[in-house]
Amino acid sequence: MKKKKIFAAVCLALIGGFVLASSYYRKQRAAQLGFMAQKNAETFVRPHSPILGDVAAKVYLVKFTDPACETCASFSGFVKQIMAAYPGKIKLVIRYAPFHEGADAVAAMLEGAKRQGKFWEALDALYVSQGYWTQHHQVVPDLAFNVVGRAGVDKERLKKDMKDPAIAEVLAQDRADAAALGVDKTPGFFVNGKPLVVFGIRELRALIESELLASDSL
Amino acid sequence: MADSEADWNILFACWVIAAVSTAGSLFFSHVMEFDPCVLCWYQRICLFPLVFILAAGLFPLDRTVVRYSLPLAAAGLLTAAYHNLLYAGFIPKGIRPCAKGVSCTEEYINLFGILSIPMLSLLAFAALTALLILLKRREP
Repeated sequence: MKKKKIFAAVCLALIGGFVLASSYYRKQRAAQLGFMAQKNAETFVRPHSPILGDVAAKVYLVKFTDPACETCASFSGFVKQIMAAYPGKIKLVIRYAPFHEGADAVAAMLEGAKRQGKFWEALDALYVSQGYWTQHHQVVPDLAFNVVGRAGVDKERLKKDMKDPAIAEVLAQDRADAAALGVDKTPGFFVNGKPLVVFGIRELRALIESELLASDSL
Repeated sequence: MADSEADWNILFACWVIAAVSTAGSLFFSHVMEFDPCVLCWYQRICLFPLVFILAAGLFPLDRTVVRYSLPLAAAGLLTAAYHNLLYAGFIPKGIRPCAKGVSCTEEYINLFGILSIPMLSLLAFAALTALLILLKRREP
């Protein structure tokens, strides 16, 4: 009987230790990144980054996204909902993290669309028709190009702009920032520099709402 | 009776090593989000079942559990030894089996300048193998 008790105690200690260590590690990591946020906010929001929302909004929702990522597309609706729920309080910042093969070209298309003032239209169109221009998780750039064209972007100009080395620089910068912030999956969310540690819609809402409170936006 | 008591203790120590190693391995992959490389996976295949096999041998004490657990521990030890040679650079690049995916030689942690993840695995499998052989030798 004593042996069984020792065995059970060790089992419990291991599980308890695991849970405690996990929560401690996650807190440490969040604190670390939060600190980084204050020190170098530009890692989260670059001058070239597309921003949607009221200029006066105090809460920056930074989304590292891959246009070919399904979860990014399905989160875009939720992000719109929460921005509508707190009008004028949240700014959405899009950063590129094109991890899928071939998604680089699509990110370049978005940058091209931005020059024509059609970034958000192009991004929405790409998300909505993602199943059309990705096949078996493979990007088909020609199809994506058509989608962007149908969103009201001048294709000829886009073709020229996409070759501009400045666009490659923007992508390289976003990639470097994603690496610096430890974003290795998409979408990678940060709210005022605080990472979404546990992934999920409810968790993202809670993080946004806590930042709204902290910034006296509520 | 004293003998079986000592046997139980040795087996229990083995189970503790396997359980702690498994928890650590899951912590690295699930909490710290390190992707396990191919060689790590082979070692995990050898390690994870030991937690259950060894526990089953404890209640009631069954010495024959050595027959089922020693092959796993030995295979894990060999894989870990190979992994450490690769990690330390003793095995040249050309014959590395895991060029794609996660690199087997990427350094994730380094405690006290020596304790890498492959080294922790080697130590655990070495201790397991030694204790299980000891238990086998003690068989009447």
